[in-house]
Amino acid sequence: MFQQLSYRTRRASLPILAGIALVLAGCTQPGPGHDPSVVFDPHESVNRQNHEFNRALDEKLLRPAGVGYTKAIPDDLEDSIGNFSSNLGLPGTVVNNLLQGNVEGAFRNSVRFVVNTTLGLGGLFDAAGEFGIEEIEGDFGQTLYVWGVPEGAYVELPGLGPSTERAAAGKVVDLFTNPLSYVLPSPEKYVGTAAGVASKVGERGRYADAIDSILYNSADSYSQARGIYLQNRRFKLGDGDAAEEINPFELDTQGF
Amino acid sequence: MTNFTRRQATGFVAAAVAGFALAPSAAMALNEASAKKLVDALVDEINKTIASGKSEQGMYKDFERIFAKYSDTSYIAAYAMGNDGRRASGAQKKAFSREFQKYISRKYGSRFREFIGGRLEVNSVRPVKSWYEVKTTAFLRGESPFTVTFLVSDRTGRDKFFNMFIEGINLLLTERTEVGALIDRRGGNIDQMIADLKKAG
Repeated sequence: MFQQLSYRTRRASLPILAGIALVLAGCTQPGPGHDPSVVFDPHESVNRQNHEFNRALDEKLLRPAGVGYTKAIPDDLEDSIGNFSSNLGLPGTVVNNLLQGNVEGAFRNSVRFVVNTTLGLGGLFDAAGEFGIEEIEGDFGQTLYVWGVPEGAYVELPGLGPSTERAAAGKVVDLFTNPLSYVLPSPEKYVGTAAGVASKVGERGRYADAIDSILYNSADSYSQARGIYLQNRRFKLGDGDAAEEINPFELDTQGF
Repeated sequence: MTNFTRRQATGFVAAAVAGFALAPSAAMALNEASAKKLVDALVDEINKTIASGKSEQGMYKDFERIFAKYSDTSYIAAYAMGNDGRRASGAQKKAFSREFQKYISRKYGSRFREFIGGRLEVNSVRPVKSWYEVKTTAFLRGESPFTVTFLVSDRTGRDKFFNMFIEGINLLLTERTEVGALIDRRGGNIDQMIADLKKAG
């Protein structure tokens, strides 16, 4: 069992190293004269094409599925599927917490995983959340941020949506960071994947109003999605202090 | 020597006048407690509206009133219009301000439905340059708690919030992007943008 595990780990480390190399080599850097308050989006025309593709995909497939799912599935069951899927993701989060040197986060998330897997009946219930033990988020894109890799250009990926070059590289690496994917045998693994897909579809239904307002009710949904993604991502990373960016005393409000 | 004393005297009088003039406003100045008080009152009114069980139209009216009472509306409107505000006429600015307030109430009022059964809790205040940041946590059914932040200033002479962040997403920036796109879509025509704004949200 352990021999098999280490063999698999060794096999897995190759794509991780390849991924890191790709990131270090691949993140586009803005030129020295670039205004930091302007989004660095050199791939805008390709991004806009992908955005149109994503919007069509959402309109034809994801949105109807999400809205139907939320209507058909009782709220409690929907919560449980979401809990189950996010619980399975926790070991991967712990790996990233550790790679970032965030021992406290790793500890919290481990406690969460143990409590929810046992008291929460395999992760169906968020028992740890009831005790106030919330998840400390972690992904490999965040790890790269902690390691000092620059954000790179903004990208919108077909089928996956808004991202940055750094976050996109992180996503690739995160396909390999969850220890559970090496330990779980095949059929159980797919239950996790299915729950993951179901919870994503459910989120589309649950946040239908919010997502619709960005995708369908804004004048330029591409720039709106870009701005919202980048601000939220940087907030989660703790990158910059948004509260300091706007000075209310520096604006001419005469006549408004 | 005489000169020096006179200058000294003038300086003293000037300082005394300035001190006297500043004293009342200093007593009323924004501080952590008053910034928190503003957000507490705002959160209380929002929670009441959500719990009122009013119709959606009734709730939008309430939100419009709350928005006008607690926020620095002229600042928010001026920021949302951005550089285009410089070439807008007085009448356009007035019309924009009015329509923009209604638009905000519709847009964010409809989202507050998601807060039914939930609550906002004020948890910290900190000074940032000459304003205050008040952090609150939103607790919604079946969701991890998330952060809603208000920025409060006394720029207008009264304590008002001038910006709001939901999980780091800046209300002012989001609306500036929106208004900018509306103006671009109309080839720079401000009147048509205002007309579009009436239907948006």
